[in-house]
Amino acid sequence: MRNTLTIAGRELRSYFSSPVAYVLIAAFLALAGYFFYALLTAFNQTLAIYSMMRNPEMLQRFNLNEMVIRPLLHNMSVLLIFIVPAITMRMFPEEKRAGTYELLLTSPVRIGEIVAGKFLGGLALVAIMVALSGVFGLLLSRFGNPEVPMMLSGYLGLFLVATAFLAIGTLLSSFTDNVVIAYVGTLFALLVLYTIGWLGEAIQGVWAAIVRYVSITEHFQLFTQGIIDTKALVYFATILVVSLFLTHRSVESVRWR
Amino acid sequence: MIEVANLSKRYGDLTAVQDVSFMAAPGEILGFLGPNGAGKTTTLRVITGFLPATSGTVRVCGFDVFEQSAEVRRRIGYLPENPPLYADMTVVPYLRFAAKIHGLARRDVGAAVDRAIDTCGLASVSERLLGHLSKGFRQRVGLAQALIHEPEVLILDEPTNGLDPGQIRDMLAFIRSLGAKRTIVLSTHILSQVLAACHKVVIINEGRVVLEAPLGDLTRDRSLEDVYTQAISSGPVSLPA
Repeated sequence: MRNTLTIAGRELRSYFSSPVAYVLIAAFLALAGYFFYALLTAFNQTLAIYSMMRNPEMLQRFNLNEMVIRPLLHNMSVLLIFIVPAITMRMFPEEKRAGTYELLLTSPVRIGEIVAGKFLGGLALVAIMVALSGVFGLLLSRFGNPEVPMMLSGYLGLFLVATAFLAIGTLLSSFTDNVVIAYVGTLFALLVLYTIGWLGEAIQGVWAAIVRYVSITEHFQLFTQGIIDTKALVYFATILVVSLFLTHRSVESVRWR
Repeated sequence: MIEVANLSKRYGDLTAVQDVSFMAAPGEILGFLGPNGAGKTTTLRVITGFLPATSGTVRVCGFDVFEQSAEVRRRIGYLPENPPLYADMTVVPYLRFAAKIHGLARRDVGAAVDRAIDTCGLASVSERLLGHLSKGFRQRVGLAQALIHEPEVLILDEPTNGLDPGQIRDMLAFIRSLGAKRTIVLSTHILSQVLAACHKVVIINEGRVVLEAPLGDLTRDRSLEDVYTQAISSGPVSLPA
Protein backbone atom coordinates (compact mmCIF):
# COMPACT_ATOMS: atom_id res chain seq x y z
CA MET A 1 0.00 0.00 0.00
CA ARG A 2 2.76 2.41 0.92
CA ASN A 3 4.62 1.58 -2.29
CA THR A 4 1.43 2.09 -4.27
CA LEU A 5 1.02 5.56 -2.81
CA THR A 6 4.70 6.38 -3.40
CA ILE A 7 4.35 5.48 -7.07
CA ALA A 8 0.97 7.20 -7.41
CA GLY A 9 2.42 10.35 -5.84
CA ARG A 10 5.36 10.40 -8.21
CA GLU A 11 3.05 9.82 -11.16
CA LEU A 12 0.71 12.64 -10.17
CA ARG A 13 3.59 15.06 -9.51
CA SER A 14 5.06 14.27 -12.91
CA TYR A 15 1.84 15.45 -14.58
CA PHE A 16 2.07 18.74 -12.72
CA SER A 17 5.82 19.27 -12.97
CA SER A 18 5.44 19.52 -16.74
CA PRO A 19 2.71 21.56 -18.45
CA VAL A 20 0.82 18.34 -19.29
CA ALA A 21 -1.72 18.49 -16.48
CA TYR A 22 -2.41 22.20 -16.96
CA VAL A 23 -2.85 21.89 -20.71
CA LEU A 24 -5.20 18.92 -20.38
CA ILE A 25 -7.27 20.51 -17.62
CA ALA A 26 -7.46 23.83 -19.48
CA ALA A 27 -8.48 22.19 -22.76
CA PHE A 28 -11.11 20.09 -21.04
CA LEU A 29 -12.62 22.96 -19.07
CA ALA A 30 -12.52 25.43 -21.97
CA LEU A 31 -14.41 23.07 -24.27
CA ALA A 32 -16.81 21.98 -21.55
CA GLY A 33 -17.42 25.65 -20.73
CA TYR A 34 -18.17 26.35 -24.35
CA PHE A 35 -20.67 23.45 -24.48
CA PHE A 36 -22.23 24.68 -21.27
CA TYR A 37 -22.64 28.18 -22.62
CA ALA A 38 -24.12 26.97 -25.91
CA LEU A 39 -26.57 24.62 -24.20
CA LEU A 40 -27.63 27.24 -21.70
CA THR A 41 -28.17 29.85 -24.41
CA ALA A 42 -30.27 27.42 -26.43
CA PHE A 43 -32.25 26.58 -23.30
CA ASN A 44 -32.97 30.23 -22.56
CA GLN A 45 -34.02 30.95 -26.10
CA THR A 46 -36.39 28.01 -26.26
CA LEU A 47 -37.75 28.95 -22.90
CA ALA A 48 -38.42 32.50 -24.09
CA ILE A 49 -40.23 31.24 -27.18
CA TYR A 50 -42.46 28.89 -25.21
CA SER A 51 -43.19 31.60 -22.65
CA MET A 52 -44.34 33.89 -25.41
CA MET A 53 -46.59 31.16 -26.72
CA ARG A 54 -48.08 30.95 -23.23
CA ASN A 55 -48.06 27.20 -23.31
CA PRO A 56 -47.80 26.08 -19.68
CA GLU A 57 -47.91 22.42 -20.58
CA MET A 58 -44.80 22.70 -22.75
CA LEU A 59 -43.08 24.81 -20.13
CA GLN A 60 -43.71 22.13 -17.55
CA ARG A 61 -41.87 19.54 -19.59
CA PHE A 62 -38.93 21.78 -19.87
CA ASN A 63 -36.16 21.46 -17.40
CA LEU A 64 -32.51 22.20 -16.84
CA ASN A 65 -31.59 18.60 -16.21
CA GLU A 66 -32.81 17.37 -19.53
CA MET A 67 -31.87 20.38 -21.65
CA VAL A 68 -28.54 21.38 -20.17
CA ILE A 69 -27.01 18.99 -17.66
CA ARG A 70 -27.58 15.72 -19.43
CA PRO A 71 -26.25 16.85 -22.84
CA LEU A 72 -23.38 18.60 -21.09
CA LEU A 73 -22.41 15.38 -19.28
CA HIS A 74 -22.56 13.44 -22.53
CA ASN A 75 -20.44 16.03 -24.29
CA MET A 76 -17.89 15.92 -21.49
CA SER A 77 -17.75 12.14 -21.75
CA VAL A 78 -16.87 12.60 -25.44
CA LEU A 79 -14.09 15.02 -24.46
CA LEU A 80 -12.71 12.38 -22.12
CA ILE A 81 -12.29 10.01 -25.07
CA PHE A 82 -9.61 12.38 -26.33
CA ILE A 83 -8.20 13.61 -23.02
CA VAL A 84 -7.77 10.34 -21.09
CA PRO A 85 -5.45 8.68 -23.65
CA ALA A 86 -3.19 11.73 -23.32
CA ILE A 87 -2.97 11.00 -19.59
CA THR A 88 -2.28 7.29 -19.92
CA MET A 89 -0.02 7.33 -22.98
CA ARG A 90 3.10 8.20 -20.99
CA MET A 91 2.57 5.81 -18.10
CA PHE A 92 4.66 2.88 -19.30
CA PRO A 93 6.34 4.05 -22.55
CA GLU A 94 8.12 6.88 -20.78
CA GLU A 95 9.49 4.58 -18.09
CA LYS A 96 10.69 2.15 -20.73
CA ARG A 97 12.41 4.90 -22.72
CA ALA A 98 14.06 6.54 -19.72
CA GLY A 99 15.22 3.20 -18.30
CA THR A 100 13.37 3.88 -15.05
CA TYR A 101 11.36 0.75 -15.80
CA GLU A 102 14.50 -1.16 -14.82
CA LEU A 103 14.62 0.75 -11.54
CA LEU A 104 10.99 -0.11 -10.75
CA LEU A 105 11.18 -3.75 -11.74
CA THR A 106 14.45 -4.43 -9.91
CA SER A 107 13.28 -2.71 -6.72
CA PRO A 108 11.40 -4.74 -4.10
CA VAL A 109 8.11 -3.18 -5.24
CA ARG A 110 5.49 -5.69 -6.40
CA ILE A 111 4.09 -5.47 -9.92
CA GLY A 112 0.59 -5.04 -8.55
CA GLU A 113 1.82 -2.00 -6.65
CA ILE A 114 3.37 -0.51 -9.78
CA VAL A 115 0.16 -0.97 -11.78
CA ALA A 116 -2.10 0.27 -8.98
CA GLY A 117 0.18 3.24 -8.31
CA LYS A 118 0.26 4.34 -11.92
CA PHE A 119 -3.49 3.94 -12.25
CA LEU A 120 -4.23 5.85 -9.05
CA GLY A 121 -1.88 8.69 -10.06
CA GLY A 122 -3.79 9.08 -13.31
CA LEU A 123 -7.10 8.70 -11.52
CA ALA A 124 -6.24 11.58 -9.20
CA LEU A 125 -5.70 13.84 -12.21
CA VAL A 126 -8.97 12.70 -13.80
CA ALA A 127 -10.80 13.21 -10.51
CA ILE A 128 -9.45 16.76 -10.29
CA MET A 129 -10.68 17.39 -13.82
CA VAL A 130 -14.17 16.02 -13.25
CA ALA A 131 -14.43 17.82 -9.92
CA LEU A 132 -13.49 21.13 -11.54
CA SER A 133 -16.19 20.61 -14.16
CA GLY A 134 -18.59 20.47 -11.21
CA VAL A 135 -18.49 24.27 -11.35
CA PHE A 136 -21.12 24.13 -14.11
CA GLY A 137 -23.47 22.21 -11.85
CA LEU A 138 -22.80 24.66 -9.02
CA LEU A 139 -23.61 27.61 -11.28
CA LEU A 140 -26.89 26.01 -12.27
CA SER A 141 -27.81 25.27 -8.66
CA ARG A 142 -26.96 28.82 -7.67
CA PHE A 143 -28.93 30.58 -10.40
CA GLY A 144 -31.46 27.97 -11.46
CA ASN A 145 -33.35 25.11 -10.01
CA PRO A 146 -32.00 21.78 -11.29
CA GLU A 147 -32.66 18.46 -9.60
CA VAL A 148 -29.51 18.07 -7.56
CA PRO A 149 -29.61 14.29 -6.92
CA MET A 150 -30.00 13.62 -10.63
CA MET A 151 -27.10 15.92 -11.34
CA LEU A 152 -24.91 14.20 -8.75
CA SER A 153 -25.71 10.80 -10.15
CA GLY A 154 -24.77 12.15 -13.61
CA TYR A 155 -21.41 13.35 -12.31
CA LEU A 156 -20.84 9.99 -10.63
CA GLY A 157 -21.51 8.41 -14.03
CA LEU A 158 -19.01 10.74 -15.68
CA PHE A 159 -16.39 9.86 -13.09
CA LEU A 160 -16.99 6.13 -13.64
CA VAL A 161 -16.68 6.60 -17.40
CA ALA A 162 -13.37 8.40 -16.82
CA THR A 163 -12.21 5.59 -14.52
CA ALA A 164 -13.03 2.95 -17.10
CA PHE A 165 -11.28 4.94 -19.85
CA LEU A 166 -8.25 5.35 -17.63
CA ALA A 167 -8.06 1.63 -16.86
CA ILE A 168 -8.21 0.78 -20.56
CA GLY A 169 -5.56 3.42 -21.33
CA THR A 170 -3.32 2.02 -18.59
CA LEU A 171 -3.60 -1.43 -20.12
CA LEU A 172 -2.82 -0.30 -23.65
CA SER A 173 0.10 1.85 -22.55
CA SER A 174 1.65 -1.18 -20.86
CA PHE A 175 1.86 -2.95 -24.24
CA THR A 176 4.21 -0.51 -25.93
CA ASP A 177 7.20 1.75 -25.53
CA ASN A 178 5.82 4.29 -27.97
CA VAL A 179 3.57 7.12 -26.80
CA VAL A 180 1.94 7.65 -30.19
CA ILE A 181 0.90 4.01 -30.39
CA ALA A 182 -0.36 4.16 -26.81
CA TYR A 183 -2.42 7.27 -27.58
CA VAL A 184 -3.92 6.12 -30.87
CA GLY A 185 -4.53 2.58 -29.63
CA THR A 186 -6.41 3.87 -26.60
CA LEU A 187 -8.33 6.43 -28.65
CA PHE A 188 -9.39 3.69 -31.01
CA ALA A 189 -10.47 1.34 -28.20
CA LEU A 190 -12.44 4.08 -26.45
CA LEU A 191 -14.19 5.17 -29.64
CA VAL A 192 -15.22 1.58 -30.34
CA LEU A 193 -16.49 1.17 -26.79
CA TYR A 194 -18.37 4.43 -27.03
CA THR A 195 -19.99 3.94 -30.42
CA ILE A 196 -20.57 0.20 -30.50
CA GLY A 197 -24.06 0.77 -29.09
CA TRP A 198 -25.03 2.33 -32.42
CA LEU A 199 -24.88 -1.16 -33.90
CA GLY A 200 -27.57 -2.21 -31.47
CA GLU A 201 -30.10 -0.33 -33.54
CA ALA A 202 -28.97 -1.88 -36.81
CA ILE A 203 -28.96 -5.51 -35.75
CA GLN A 204 -31.35 -7.73 -33.82
CA GLY A 205 -31.46 -10.61 -31.43
CA VAL A 206 -28.70 -11.85 -29.17
CA TRP A 207 -26.01 -9.80 -30.88
CA ALA A 208 -27.93 -6.60 -30.32
CA ALA A 209 -28.20 -7.45 -26.63
CA ILE A 210 -24.48 -8.19 -26.42
CA VAL A 211 -23.55 -5.01 -28.23
CA ARG A 212 -25.77 -3.02 -25.94
CA TYR A 213 -24.23 -4.63 -22.91
CA VAL A 214 -20.70 -3.79 -24.09
CA SER A 215 -21.57 -0.19 -24.95
CA ILE A 216 -20.40 2.30 -22.35
CA THR A 217 -23.00 4.89 -23.37
CA GLU A 218 -25.86 2.51 -22.57
CA HIS A 219 -24.68 2.36 -18.97
CA PHE A 220 -23.61 5.96 -18.65
CA GLN A 221 -26.95 7.34 -19.74
CA LEU A 222 -28.67 5.60 -16.83
CA PHE A 223 -26.60 7.71 -14.47
CA THR A 224 -27.46 10.92 -16.29
CA GLN A 225 -31.13 10.02 -15.88
CA GLY A 226 -30.58 9.77 -12.15
CA ILE A 227 -30.63 5.97 -12.08
CA ILE A 228 -27.85 4.25 -10.17
CA ASP A 229 -28.26 0.71 -11.40
CA THR A 230 -26.31 -2.20 -9.91
CA LYS A 231 -25.89 -3.68 -13.38
CA ALA A 232 -24.18 -0.50 -14.55
CA LEU A 233 -21.96 -0.45 -11.48
CA VAL A 234 -20.98 -4.05 -12.16
CA TYR A 235 -20.23 -3.11 -15.76
CA PHE A 236 -17.79 -0.36 -14.75
CA ALA A 237 -16.22 -2.52 -12.04
CA THR A 238 -15.70 -5.29 -14.60
CA ILE A 239 -13.87 -2.98 -17.02
CA LEU A 240 -11.70 -1.71 -14.18
CA VAL A 241 -10.78 -5.11 -12.75
CA VAL A 242 -10.23 -6.85 -16.08
CA SER A 243 -8.10 -4.00 -17.49
CA LEU A 244 -5.90 -3.73 -14.43
CA PHE A 245 -5.55 -7.50 -14.14
CA LEU A 246 -4.42 -7.70 -17.77
CA THR A 247 -2.04 -4.78 -17.18
CA HIS A 248 -0.52 -6.78 -14.34
CA ARG A 249 -0.06 -9.76 -16.64
CA SER A 250 1.39 -7.58 -19.37
CA VAL A 251 3.99 -6.01 -17.04
CA GLU A 252 4.75 -9.38 -15.54
CA SER A 253 5.33 -10.86 -18.99
CA VAL A 254 8.87 -9.41 -19.15
CA ARG A 255 9.65 -11.90 -16.44
CA TRP A 256 8.62 -14.95 -18.44
CA ARG A 257 9.34 -13.88 -21.97
CA MET B 1 27.57 -13.30 -2.65
CA ILE B 2 26.63 -14.03 -6.24
CA GLU B 3 26.58 -17.48 -7.81
CA VAL B 4 25.81 -17.77 -11.51
CA ALA B 5 25.55 -21.33 -12.80
CA ASN B 6 25.13 -22.42 -16.42
CA LEU B 7 23.16 -19.33 -17.28
CA SER B 8 21.81 -19.06 -20.82
CA LYS B 9 19.61 -16.39 -22.30
CA ARG B 10 18.10 -16.46 -25.76
CA TYR B 11 16.05 -13.75 -27.43
CA GLY B 12 14.16 -15.73 -30.03
CA ASP B 13 16.85 -17.19 -32.28
CA LEU B 14 19.60 -14.99 -30.93
CA THR B 15 21.65 -16.47 -28.13
CA ALA B 16 22.89 -13.57 -26.02
CA VAL B 17 24.46 -15.56 -23.21
CA GLN B 18 25.47 -19.22 -23.31
CA ASP B 19 26.27 -21.41 -20.32
CA VAL B 20 27.78 -18.65 -18.20
CA SER B 21 29.04 -19.53 -14.70
CA PHE B 22 31.01 -17.47 -12.21
CA MET B 23 31.08 -16.50 -8.55
CA ALA B 24 31.68 -13.36 -6.56
CA ALA B 25 32.34 -13.57 -2.82
CA PRO B 26 31.43 -10.96 -0.19
CA GLY B 27 33.96 -8.15 -0.09
CA GLU B 28 35.00 -8.91 -3.63
CA ILE B 29 34.90 -6.51 -6.55
CA LEU B 30 34.45 -8.48 -9.70
CA GLY B 31 35.39 -6.89 -13.00
CA PHE B 32 33.08 -8.13 -15.71
CA LEU B 33 34.95 -7.60 -18.94
CA GLY B 34 34.13 -8.09 -22.55
CA PRO B 35 33.82 -6.38 -25.88
CA ASN B 36 30.64 -4.46 -26.71
CA GLY B 37 27.77 -6.85 -27.37
CA ALA B 38 29.40 -9.76 -25.52
CA GLY B 39 26.39 -10.27 -23.24
CA LYS B 40 27.48 -8.25 -20.21
CA THR B 41 24.30 -6.21 -19.85
CA THR B 42 22.10 -9.25 -20.45
CA THR B 43 23.91 -11.20 -17.72
CA LEU B 44 23.61 -8.33 -15.27
CA ARG B 45 19.92 -7.91 -16.07
CA VAL B 46 19.32 -11.56 -15.28
CA ILE B 47 21.21 -11.25 -11.98
CA THR B 48 19.06 -8.29 -10.94
CA GLY B 49 15.87 -10.14 -11.86
CA PHE B 50 14.91 -7.71 -14.62
CA LEU B 51 15.09 -10.44 -17.24
CA PRO B 52 14.38 -14.15 -16.80
CA ALA B 53 17.02 -16.67 -17.82
CA THR B 54 16.27 -19.19 -20.53
CA SER B 55 18.10 -21.79 -18.44
CA GLY B 56 20.54 -21.99 -15.55
CA THR B 57 20.39 -20.55 -12.06
CA VAL B 58 21.47 -17.38 -10.34
CA ARG B 59 21.70 -17.08 -6.57
CA VAL B 60 22.25 -13.81 -4.76
CA CYS B 61 23.01 -13.96 -1.02
CA GLY B 62 21.78 -17.55 -1.17
CA PHE B 63 18.40 -16.67 -2.68
CA ASP B 64 17.35 -17.85 -6.11
CA VAL B 65 16.70 -14.90 -8.44
CA PHE B 66 13.69 -16.59 -10.01
CA GLU B 67 12.14 -18.37 -7.06
CA GLN B 68 12.80 -15.75 -4.38
CA SER B 69 12.94 -12.67 -6.53
CA ALA B 70 11.62 -10.32 -3.83
CA GLU B 71 14.36 -11.32 -1.35
CA VAL B 72 17.01 -10.79 -4.01
CA ARG B 73 15.65 -7.41 -5.11
CA ARG B 74 15.71 -6.21 -1.51
CA ARG B 75 19.44 -6.95 -1.29
CA ILE B 76 20.60 -5.63 -4.64
CA GLY B 77 21.55 -2.14 -5.71
CA TYR B 78 21.63 -1.72 -9.46
CA LEU B 79 23.01 0.96 -11.72
CA PRO B 80 21.85 0.07 -15.25
CA GLU B 81 23.82 1.04 -18.33
CA ASN B 82 21.77 4.22 -18.62
CA PRO B 83 21.11 5.74 -15.20
CA PRO B 84 17.38 5.29 -14.55
CA LEU B 85 16.45 8.92 -13.96
CA TYR B 86 13.13 10.76 -14.20
CA ALA B 87 14.08 13.86 -16.19
CA ASP B 88 11.36 15.99 -14.60
CA MET B 89 12.44 15.38 -10.99
CA THR B 90 15.10 17.11 -8.97
CA VAL B 91 17.79 15.15 -7.15
CA VAL B 92 16.34 15.10 -3.63
CA PRO B 93 12.77 13.98 -4.46
CA TYR B 94 14.21 11.39 -6.82
CA LEU B 95 16.43 9.90 -4.13
CA ARG B 96 13.54 10.00 -1.65
CA PHE B 97 11.48 8.06 -4.19
CA ALA B 98 14.29 5.53 -4.70
CA ALA B 99 14.67 5.13 -0.93
CA LYS B 100 10.95 4.50 -0.45
CA ILE B 101 10.55 1.95 -3.21
CA HIS B 102 13.57 0.13 -1.82
CA GLY B 103 11.64 -0.35 1.37
CA LEU B 104 13.28 2.14 3.73
CA ALA B 105 11.09 3.13 6.66
CA ARG B 106 9.68 6.64 6.42
CA ARG B 107 11.79 7.92 9.30
CA ASP B 108 15.02 6.64 7.71
CA VAL B 109 14.44 8.15 4.28
CA GLY B 110 15.77 11.62 5.09
CA ALA B 111 19.01 10.34 6.61
CA ALA B 112 19.57 7.91 3.74
CA VAL B 113 19.11 10.67 1.17
CA ASP B 114 21.48 13.00 3.03
CA ARG B 115 24.08 10.26 3.25
CA ALA B 116 23.77 9.39 -0.45
CA ILE B 117 24.07 13.05 -1.45
CA ASP B 118 27.10 13.37 0.74
CA THR B 119 28.93 10.23 -0.35
CA CYS B 120 28.23 10.76 -4.05
CA GLY B 121 29.10 14.45 -3.99
CA LEU B 122 25.71 15.71 -5.11
CA ALA B 123 25.26 18.63 -2.72
CA SER B 124 25.94 21.24 -5.41
CA VAL B 125 23.24 19.88 -7.74
CA SER B 126 20.61 18.77 -5.23
CA GLU B 127 18.07 21.31 -6.48
CA ARG B 128 18.65 20.68 -10.19
CA LEU B 129 16.38 18.79 -12.56
CA LEU B 130 17.81 15.39 -13.43
CA GLY B 131 17.20 16.04 -17.11
CA HIS B 132 19.53 19.05 -16.95
CA LEU B 133 22.47 17.30 -15.29
CA SER B 134 25.73 16.56 -17.06
CA LYS B 135 26.61 12.95 -17.86
CA GLY B 136 28.97 12.75 -14.89
CA PHE B 137 26.35 13.89 -12.42
CA ARG B 138 23.69 11.68 -13.98
CA GLN B 139 26.00 8.73 -13.42
CA ARG B 140 26.58 9.77 -9.80
CA VAL B 141 22.86 10.18 -9.12
CA GLY B 142 22.37 6.71 -10.59
CA LEU B 143 25.00 5.39 -8.21
CA ALA B 144 23.42 7.24 -5.27
CA GLN B 145 20.12 5.54 -6.13
CA ALA B 146 21.80 2.13 -6.21
CA LEU B 147 23.41 2.72 -2.80
CA ILE B 148 20.48 4.34 -1.04
CA HIS B 149 19.35 1.23 0.82
CA GLU B 150 22.89 0.05 1.68
CA PRO B 151 22.61 -3.14 -0.38
CA GLU B 152 24.82 -6.16 0.20
CA VAL B 153 25.25 -6.64 -3.53
CA LEU B 154 25.94 -3.90 -6.01
CA ILE B 155 25.61 -4.39 -9.75
CA LEU B 156 27.16 -1.58 -11.79
CA ASP B 157 26.77 -1.69 -15.54
CA GLU B 158 29.53 0.45 -17.06
CA PRO B 159 29.52 2.97 -14.22
CA THR B 160 32.30 5.02 -15.80
CA ASN B 161 30.62 5.31 -19.17
CA GLY B 162 30.78 8.87 -20.45
CA LEU B 163 32.87 10.23 -17.60
CA ASP B 164 36.03 12.27 -18.08
CA PRO B 165 39.36 10.88 -16.83
CA GLY B 166 39.23 12.71 -13.51
CA GLN B 167 35.68 11.55 -12.85
CA ILE B 168 36.61 7.99 -13.78
CA ARG B 169 39.44 8.02 -11.24
CA ASP B 170 37.12 9.37 -8.54
CA MET B 171 34.38 6.90 -9.39
CA LEU B 172 36.73 3.92 -9.23
CA ALA B 173 38.25 5.09 -5.97
CA PHE B 174 34.74 5.47 -4.60
CA ILE B 175 33.71 1.99 -5.74
CA ARG B 176 36.85 0.56 -4.13
CA SER B 177 35.95 2.29 -0.89
CA LEU B 178 32.52 0.62 -0.94
CA GLY B 179 33.95 -2.82 -1.42
CA ALA B 180 34.85 -3.88 2.09
CA LYS B 181 31.58 -5.60 3.04
CA ARG B 182 29.75 -5.73 -0.23
CA THR B 183 29.85 -7.89 -3.28
CA ILE B 184 30.29 -5.68 -6.30
CA VAL B 185 30.07 -6.56 -9.97
CA LEU B 186 31.40 -3.87 -12.23
CA SER B 187 31.07 -4.28 -15.96
CA THR B 188 33.28 -2.41 -18.35
CA HIS B 189 35.16 -2.79 -21.57
CA ILE B 190 38.07 -0.70 -20.38
CA LEU B 191 40.92 -2.80 -18.98
CA SER B 192 42.68 -0.19 -16.91
CA GLN B 193 39.52 0.23 -14.83
CA VAL B 194 39.62 -3.39 -13.84
CA LEU B 195 43.24 -3.05 -12.76
CA ALA B 196 42.37 0.04 -10.77
CA ALA B 197 39.40 -1.34 -8.88
CA CYS B 198 38.88 -5.09 -9.01
CA HIS B 199 40.03 -8.19 -7.17
CA LYS B 200 38.84 -10.65 -9.71
CA VAL B 201 38.07 -10.65 -13.38
CA VAL B 202 35.58 -12.51 -15.54
CA ILE B 203 35.98 -12.10 -19.28
CA ILE B 204 33.01 -12.84 -21.49
CA ASN B 205 33.03 -13.01 -25.26
CA GLU B 206 30.18 -13.78 -27.64
CA GLY B 207 28.01 -14.85 -24.74
CA ARG B 208 30.51 -17.27 -23.16
CA VAL B 209 32.85 -16.93 -20.21
CA VAL B 210 36.37 -17.28 -21.54
CA LEU B 211 38.18 -16.54 -18.32
CA GLU B 212 37.54 -16.29 -14.57
CA ALA B 213 40.52 -15.62 -12.34
CA PRO B 214 41.81 -13.51 -9.48
CA LEU B 215 43.55 -10.47 -10.86
CA GLY B 216 46.78 -11.10 -8.97
CA ASP B 217 47.42 -14.53 -10.52
CA LEU B 218 46.49 -13.32 -13.92
CA THR B 219 48.79 -10.38 -14.29
CA ARG B 220 51.82 -11.78 -12.50
CA ASP B 221 53.82 -12.30 -15.66
CA ARG B 222 51.73 -10.69 -18.40
CA SER B 223 49.74 -7.54 -18.91
CA LEU B 224 45.96 -7.71 -18.61
CA GLU B 225 45.78 -6.48 -22.15
CA ASP B 226 47.60 -9.57 -23.43
CA VAL B 227 45.36 -11.84 -21.41
CA TYR B 228 42.27 -10.07 -22.67
CA THR B 229 43.31 -10.09 -26.31
CA GLN B 230 44.16 -13.75 -26.14
CA ALA B 231 40.92 -14.56 -24.32
CA ILE B 232 38.61 -12.92 -26.79
CA SER B 233 40.46 -14.16 -29.85
CA SER B 234 41.20 -17.80 -29.04
CA GLY B 235 38.71 -18.88 -26.41
CA PRO B 236 39.64 -20.24 -22.97
CA VAL B 237 42.97 -19.11 -21.58
CA SER B 238 45.29 -21.34 -19.64
CA LEU B 239 46.27 -19.94 -16.29
CA PRO B 240 49.94 -19.75 -15.47
CA ALA B 241 50.82 -22.61 -13.19
